[in-house]
Amino acid sequence: MREITLSKAVNEAIAEEMRRDPTIFLIGEDVAEAGTPFKVLSGLVEEFGTERVIDTPISEPGFMGVAVGAAMTGSRPIVDLMFGDFLFLVMDQLCNQAAKTHYMSGGKLKVPLVLRTNLGATRRSAAQHSQSLHALVAHIPGLKVAMPSSAYEAKGLMKTAIRDDNPVVIFEDKLMYQEKAPVPEEEYLIPFGQANVVREGRDLTMVATSSMVQVALAAAHALEGEGISVEVIDPRTIVPLDEATILNSVRKTSRAMVIDEGHQSYGITGEIASRIGEKAFYHLDAPVVRMGAMDVPVPFSPALEDLTVPTPEGVAEKARKMLRGELFDGA
Amino acid sequence: MAKAGKTSATAGKAPARKASDNSGAYLRMYRQMLRIRAFEDQANQLYLSAKMPGLTHMYSGQEAVAVGICEALTPEDKITSTHRGHGHCVAKGAEFREMFCELLGKAEGYCRGKGGSMHIADQSNGNLGANAIVGGSMGIATGAALSARRLGRDDVAVCFFGDGATAQGLMYEVMNMAALWKLPVIYACENNGYSEYTKTAEIAAGSLIARAEAFGIEAFSVDGQDVLAVNELAGRLVARARKGEGPFFIELETYRYHGHHVGDINRDYYRSKDEEARWKAERDPITNFARWLVAEGVAAQDELAGMAAEVKADAEAAVAHALEAPYPDVSEVDMHVFVETAA
Repeated sequence: MREITLSKAVNEAIAEEMRRDPTIFLIGEDVAEAGTPFKVLSGLVEEFGTERVIDTPISEPGFMGVAVGAAMTGSRPIVDLMFGDFLFLVMDQLCNQAAKTHYMSGGKLKVPLVLRTNLGATRRSAAQHSQSLHALVAHIPGLKVAMPSSAYEAKGLMKTAIRDDNPVVIFEDKLMYQEKAPVPEEEYLIPFGQANVVREGRDLTMVATSSMVQVALAAAHALEGEGISVEVIDPRTIVPLDEATILNSVRKTSRAMVIDEGHQSYGITGEIASRIGEKAFYHLDAPVVRMGAMDVPVPFSPALEDLTVPTPEGVAEKARKMLRGELFDGA
Repeated sequence: MAKAGKTSATAGKAPARKASDNSGAYLRMYRQMLRIRAFEDQANQLYLSAKMPGLTHMYSGQEAVAVGICEALTPEDKITSTHRGHGHCVAKGAEFREMFCELLGKAEGYCRGKGGSMHIADQSNGNLGANAIVGGSMGIATGAALSARRLGRDDVAVCFFGDGATAQGLMYEVMNMAALWKLPVIYACENNGYSEYTKTAEIAAGSLIARAEAFGIEAFSVDGQDVLAVNELAGRLVARARKGEGPFFIELETYRYHGHHVGDINRDYYRSKDEEARWKAERDPITNFARWLVAEGVAAQDELAGMAAEVKADAEAAVAHALEAPYPDVSEVDMHVFVETAA
């Protein structure tokens, strides 16, 4: 099978969907000729024109609001938010407007839009261009949240996001744009709410999101040589969350780690760990372990930044301790 | 380029025109203003008698704004509304029953009781909803205009907002885009003199219309108590917006008779009773329009009185219905969080 980059996969997904449905348009900062700073959208304006690939002023709340109104009136906008950190700027339009409109209108209005943005640290971009803020939007009822972990996932999830009648926020890891993966030529979609068992194992379940799936896989590979068999689960979407696949795996392995690049406190790791604790408690041989990003603003210095996010080595080390029963601080 | 026209006739004085040409439309506008006033009188009573959950914001006094503008629109044209939105909803064609049911949180309400007073939406008539975030719908109206143009429709969007919302940054972001892209949107600023509990002069520096003019948007001031002046201007601007000559900005000088919300009773500290009495006596949009209709021979005084009685009876019947109507079933609490998508 051919291999393409995650960037190309996203581009293909959007182009295919725009060819299929003329109500779709792209809107955001420097999405047309520039094709975004990451060049993910290069070539789309040449095919679809500036009426469908719309460059905006640097006005995130403004174009987010415009997209909400367009989505309520027959269009299907794809909003490009250049950095996930800018979510804070669009919160009212996304969370008070887009997320609640269907519910507040008793089901009469809908807001079929996709907000594509990114996450991920270690790009030496410091505290306002490096955050992983998916937990913020996952907290708000009415928003779906997709987290592709490879080029293959990015294409299939993007196509599903575009066809969904709800507001969907899709987070791409900006460090993965140039990473290649096998992606079929023929069309495929990846349904929301169906986790992927990326790797089967017996001793420990790692639930990991976005690029942390790759981190978990690397850790699992290292542990395999030591006789530790790790199952890796990619939820693909955190809203909706496929609890059943996660719980089934934990019932089998009796141990779980949750790995995510959002800040560890009040985040995705805590949510998933808590659900495992509530629903698979009697199957567990150890407390569920969380590994998120450190609870610090992302520092600029490489010497510091690399300390803040989970790494394959760090994950493997925690797994070893867990299997040796050494993790229980103060217990 | 941008020009600020003063299109208003002085309140209470009739614009020069032949009333007989258009008597159907005049009587329709009169009735719609009566309906808004009657709706609000009933809503206020529901609050005062503790029959309504929560609170609400009265539109009384501002009727000529909603009616003058909505009368210039088709059902396909879109509006976005505000927390003080009952008037827009009625003027855009909504029914009393579904509105009162919504105010009381009943299943038969426009939003099945999930929105309430501050979120009434009536998409069948192009009302994209009231918004409880001040200025929160400015992007939505602008997006509706973009959508219409992109999809080859000729509908126009009107964004209703108050003077208080001019302090929100979103307005400047979307006016900039609307002007750049020549979108068919009309920003209708209802300047009722008060931003919640504060005089507008204390929160808004400079001129309101100059804010729009800075973007090259044609902006107009009009007497918001004069339904004919509002309607004449709106008709002209809607037609031009439909032809691609938008966007436009209108400042409508008006007055809210009640406090910021129904519970804002003792308000002497920010607004005098004399001032309120003066507006009601001299600039009431319904009284003044009635006087004009009689003077022009469009209707006799007793016909207008009969219409008012009929509207009041309709409102009372709708309230009685809504009070008895069932609440939504508890199973609806987690319904409509998401659209069920087939894809």
